[in-house]
Amino acid sequence: MLQVIDLEKVYSTGTKALSSVSFAVDEPQVIAIIGPSGAGKSTLIRCINRLVAPTSGKVMLDSIDVASVSRRELRKVRRRMGMIFQEYNLVDRLTVMENLLSGRLGYVSFWRAYRRKFPPRDVAAAFKLLERVGLEGYQNTRADALSGGQRQRVGIARALMQAPDLLLVDEPTASLDPKTSRQIMRLLVELVNEQGTPALVNIHDVALAQSFSDKIIGLKEGAIVFQGTSKEITEDVLTEIYGEEDWSLTIRKVDEEDEDTGSKKGKKDNGYIQEAVAG
Amino acid sequence: MTSSEITTTADTPGWNRIRMIENPNVRYGLVVIALIYILWSAGTLEMNWTRLLNGIPRAVNMFSRMFPPDFGRWNLLVKGMLESIQMALAASLFGMLLAIPLGICGASNLVPKPVYLAARALIVLSRTFHEIIIAIFFVKIFGFGPLAGVLTLIVASTSFISKMIAEDIENMTPGQLEAIRATGASFPKLLIYCITPNTLPRFLGVSIYRLDANIRHSTVVGIVGAGGIGQVLAASFSRYDYDFSLAILITIVTLVFAGEFISSWVRNYLR
Amino acid sequence: MTVSEHAKKYPEIWRRFSPTETLLRYLGYLVTVGVAVWAVSFLDLPWFYFLDAHIQALDLFTRMWPPDFEFWETLMDPLIETIHIATLGTIFSFFIAFPIAFLSARNTTFNTATWFVGRFILVTSRSVNTVVWGLLFVAIFGPGPMAGIWAIAFRSIGFMGKLVAEAIEEIDEGVVEAIEATGASRLQVLLFGILPQVLPVIYGTAVYRWDINIRESTVLGFVGAGGIGILLYSSINQFQWQEVSLILLTVFGVVLISEFVSAAVRQRIS
Repeated sequence: MLQVIDLEKVYSTGTKALSSVSFAVDEPQVIAIIGPSGAGKSTLIRCINRLVAPTSGKVMLDSIDVASVSRRELRKVRRRMGMIFQEYNLVDRLTVMENLLSGRLGYVSFWRAYRRKFPPRDVAAAFKLLERVGLEGYQNTRADALSGGQRQRVGIARALMQAPDLLLVDEPTASLDPKTSRQIMRLLVELVNEQGTPALVNIHDVALAQSFSDKIIGLKEGAIVFQGTSKEITEDVLTEIYGEEDWSLTIRKVDEEDEDTGSKKGKKDNGYIQEAVAG
Repeated sequence: MTSSEITTTADTPGWNRIRMIENPNVRYGLVVIALIYILWSAGTLEMNWTRLLNGIPRAVNMFSRMFPPDFGRWNLLVKGMLESIQMALAASLFGMLLAIPLGICGASNLVPKPVYLAARALIVLSRTFHEIIIAIFFVKIFGFGPLAGVLTLIVASTSFISKMIAEDIENMTPGQLEAIRATGASFPKLLIYCITPNTLPRFLGVSIYRLDANIRHSTVVGIVGAGGIGQVLAASFSRYDYDFSLAILITIVTLVFAGEFISSWVRNYLR
Repeated sequence: MTVSEHAKKYPEIWRRFSPTETLLRYLGYLVTVGVAVWAVSFLDLPWFYFLDAHIQALDLFTRMWPPDFEFWETLMDPLIETIHIATLGTIFSFFIAFPIAFLSARNTTFNTATWFVGRFILVTSRSVNTVVWGLLFVAIFGPGPMAGIWAIAFRSIGFMGKLVAEAIEEIDEGVVEAIEATGASRLQVLLFGILPQVLPVIYGTAVYRWDINIRESTVLGFVGAGGIGILLYSSINQFQWQEVSLILLTVFGVVLISEFVSAAVRQRIS
């Protein structure tokens, strides 16, 4: 359903951020994008919903080319893509509930947004999602009163409020501690499987990427140098992407895999919610 | 570590204090220049002790005529005061309303470049000229009276508040804007859901401050005939009614004092 | 889960403010609108003036263009006088505002009475506009730049005094404590503990006020206190609009330069 064809981005300073990037996303799966800083991961993710305008190439969501539609059409297309950010990007002064409902902004009229009078279905869905991400009861808390992990969960819930066809996730765990990082990634994977929504995730932690994703894309200096499953990540691959280094500690060992990828298709991990509320 | 191993940063014994201007030549040079300037300019302005001394008896004379302050014509005083307050209120209100679009257009992260430049140019232009000059122009166009004064204060308020709004918006974390844009929200919804919650408290605070400042400025525009208590004051001075002038001055000071008090209380409440 | 339990757990309505809060907010809006209407209506503004305002304004601008550059020679002296008035006034008030600021800060004043006196002086100085001070001093010293300098000085005391007093109150008390612990006298605590912390603010405020004073000095002439204002006033009254536009352009230029200088110096200080 998402096809990226020959995407290129050259910034006005002359830096070439992306060159001839092409890949496709069909089924509900988690695709991790890894690569060193400056490789173009952020740019790539932002080109897909045109927060950054690509210089050339196509981004086909079903049959619509996101890179070239009008502004009105662009807004409609953006509704179908939910985005989750590294710095959470919640509106700090608003409550958690208002932040959740902001996911529906593409669907409601200006007056509903102004008076915060969203359709009843949306409000009920917001409460459901709040419970699902483990933040039940937090609806009236101001967003800047939450911890990092809690904020990211609100961010995830906000993206899901759009009932999107695709999730774009930009380094969701970069600002979180290791335990919270794993909780968040687990939540993401569970939700992807439950809702059947594919997710493109930028990650810089290779081990995390291997644990939680089905497919991995390796980016280096704006070009794809690797596309494959997490098992195919070897030390040579990492050297090619990142450069010479002792990679033995970074790559997940085969026998450690089962521990974190417990929530495979169909299996819901109810124990998670207690964990999430405690964290 | 023995003392011989401790490295010293100075080659000579003793120490030097850190000064704001390191180079001693520049420092003393500035002081010398300042002294020369004072003497030269005072000379060109014909400031000499005789004028100063002549002023003293006149000052004494004036002060004796000021005391005690004459509150007898208090209905004129009250009328002028009310007019000033109303001018300040009306100007603040319209200033707030006009400042919102101007401030939004003056934020480089919200609007396209030409719009931004035009708005900023307008803001700079309106802040350059002293309000008396603007008041005179409005008096020429609209005649004497509070209308010219209100318009002048509106110009002053709008430029002040819009500059604050524009700076506030530009200082916002850009991520929030990105996130709301990514949901497919249109520009008005972006304004109401992202910009407003972030800038509203400061906007209200600045507007309340401006209300208080407008009371002060209304005294000034009155001098050129644009209404308010300033007009009453100028008239009293020209008629040498110094005791009435003192009464007016006392009223102005009290009004401003009270206004500042209320405004800082309200601003703290809003925080 | 029954239907009613479901409805309770996932409500379909959510409001940010409780009914009482909403009522209070609407009441607040109503009061504000009421006050605004009162203010505007009582002023008895002749709204019909606005109908041809744009025509009048356009007419005025066409008369002001092009600026009368011949007028430049007459301009020069008053312009320099304006700058002198601003600079001397700022320097003069600097030496007065400085001690008064120390009187007006709770942590450096002697007792509540002196604090009150200090604050009172600052508020009085701030409440009266430069031009009004100008009126006063013209009555004392007669017309001319001397009145202007005193006017600038008296107004600047309040401005600089307030900012410096706030800076003094916000210093790091730990530094003061440390110096007091060495057994230093009050004056030494002032010099070594407080002064170094507020010196950048003092210089910065002085330069900031100088920049504002340039603008203020340009209009002091309207009340006879010297500077280019006299020329401006007379040109306006004689309807010599092209001279007026030259004066305004010059004022614009001088203000721009002074703002630039002030911003650069304040940048270097901080």
